[in-house]
Amino acid sequence: MSAPAPAVNLHDCRDAYVRTVEQLAASDDRIVAVVNDSVGSSKLGKFRDRFPSRLINVGIAEQNMVGVGAGLANGGKIPFVSGAGCFLTARAMEQIKVDCGYSQANVKLCGISSGVAYGELGATHHSIEDVAWLRAIDKLTVIVPADPWETAEAIRAAAAHNGPVYVKISRMPVPELDRGDTPFRIGRAEVLRTGDDIAIIANGTLVHRALAAAEMLAAEGIDARVVNMATVSPIDCQAIADAAATGGIVTAEEALAHGGLGGAVAEYCAEHAPVRMRMLGFPGFLPTGSAAWLMEHFGLTADGIAAAARDLIARRRA
Amino acid sequence: MMEQVDGPRRDAAASAYPNDTRVKHVRERAGWMRRRLLKMIVDAGQGHPGGDLSATDIVATLYFDILRIDPVDPTAAGRDRFVMSKGHCTGALYTALSGAGFFAEAELDTYLKPQSRLNGHPNRTYLPGVETNTGPLGHGLPVATGIAVAGQIDDAGFRVFALTGDGELQEGSMWEAAMFAGHRGLGNLTVIVDRNGLQQGARTEDTNALEPLADKWRAFGWEVVGVDGHDHASLLAAFDDAALPRSKPRCIIAETVKGKGISFMEHQAAWHHGLPNADQFALANGEFDMDMAR
Repeated sequence: MSAPAPAVNLHDCRDAYVRTVEQLAASDDRIVAVVNDSVGSSKLGKFRDRFPSRLINVGIAEQNMVGVGAGLANGGKIPFVSGAGCFLTARAMEQIKVDCGYSQANVKLCGISSGVAYGELGATHHSIEDVAWLRAIDKLTVIVPADPWETAEAIRAAAAHNGPVYVKISRMPVPELDRGDTPFRIGRAEVLRTGDDIAIIANGTLVHRALAAAEMLAAEGIDARVVNMATVSPIDCQAIADAAATGGIVTAEEALAHGGLGGAVAEYCAEHAPVRMRMLGFPGFLPTGSAAWLMEHFGLTADGIAAAARDLIARRRA
Repeated sequence: MMEQVDGPRRDAAASAYPNDTRVKHVRERAGWMRRRLLKMIVDAGQGHPGGDLSATDIVATLYFDILRIDPVDPTAAGRDRFVMSKGHCTGALYTALSGAGFFAEAELDTYLKPQSRLNGHPNRTYLPGVETNTGPLGHGLPVATGIAVAGQIDDAGFRVFALTGDGELQEGSMWEAAMFAGHRGLGNLTVIVDRNGLQQGARTEDTNALEPLADKWRAFGWEVVGVDGHDHASLLAAFDDAALPRSKPRCIIAETVKGKGISFMEHQAAWHHGLPNADQFALANGEFDMDMAR
């Protein structure tokens, strides 16, 4: 598969999310949306206008929002529970664990404007712990789509999947990736670029940056494999094993690396495919700064990924 | 329709059910539940007898008279739902489910044993008839509210009942749900508060006072009824009156006694957990016998 051409148009994945939920709702009246006063931030205004009785706004009450979602699923609905990722996951963690995961309720949890999209608003409004927290919950599918197409596919797959799903939806502008014909499937990673010198495993907003890093590395004669690991739980172990065969793995994500995608990959490698790794992500509570500044500051850029890859290769040769 | 009252009472409507076969049936089943759940707890070596026994008559009235459920088709779309928000009261729930035909009585002997479907807190993926997993307090009412919203959207005829402990009402999520159910006018939703006055460690009023409890529910948009939570005729009357259509959710404050039916357990917070020894077990069964002979 060839590298994507440089993209010019950037997209807010929330648009693909709401467009897809509306499409699904038009043909399936079980689809409902549940929000915490987040009609605007979830961009569900049109959904509300088209399907007024199917937009359930519980107000600013995330625990009840998730519990109500589980109840709606019990009542035969397919609820898309949408709220800012930070509040949805942190405030309602026990409801996600018990009412959704443990109960195996057919609830679709959509963390909106996730990661560090809220930038300067600070750590209260960042959802970077979400992947670490939620992948610890048994039988809860966790998906971090990379672009509008994958967001739409993830939402369709979530609706078709019988069980709880968390979809981490970014509003940070991302290009539409240039892909082959590989259909989206929950639990299956996508190899966007083959290469034997090193592997970069990324998801969400880091995937296009990983591809750009691979371009930079290619110019230096380094052949990097790029893997889009959209589903963090259940994770694609074969894809990790294949990546490990290159002799080095860089992971990159808009989340805590320890416990997040990086942690998941490291767990597998430690037991089954020991390999040197660099885990790019955020370290914890972050300093004040815009989303773009934070990504730059913590090396979550094409340059940062390429530098980590070079470092890994240098250490391997040492 | 029953009037709204603040306190417990023996409802006048109960007089419509004297010696009623329904009352007799529920009373007999409740007696069976008490005996059976205590045996379960003693056999397993642990449990929550105090709360089980305060909830027994409420749960018996629902499972053996009120609920429109079918153990042959436990997830039928139109079924009534019962949510055990006080999820630790599995003694009451499991005996009721077994008695209602969801699984064989013999399985009660597996309670808490390795690989048993009868976990210390109910699990819907293990056991038919369980609507949602509970255990941590404050979960059942939000889920019941969501079920009721689904029924409201579809104009479905099913009713949703959630049983909450009184101490559980110290959980904020219960009031998030109460506020929203009132806002939505969920007339298909009934909450029963097992008002035994005791939480795990002490009286509710000494811990974090709930009173005036009826006023709180009313302020959240609910219709409130008080009943004697051990009087089957009063309970039947209150549940009969929960018939649809209604424009408000309904809270039945059931005045109960923790450990009801066993003299040495009654009103004792220490029996929230607690395991009777052999002599106490015999004494308790003797009291059950005497009660049923009345």
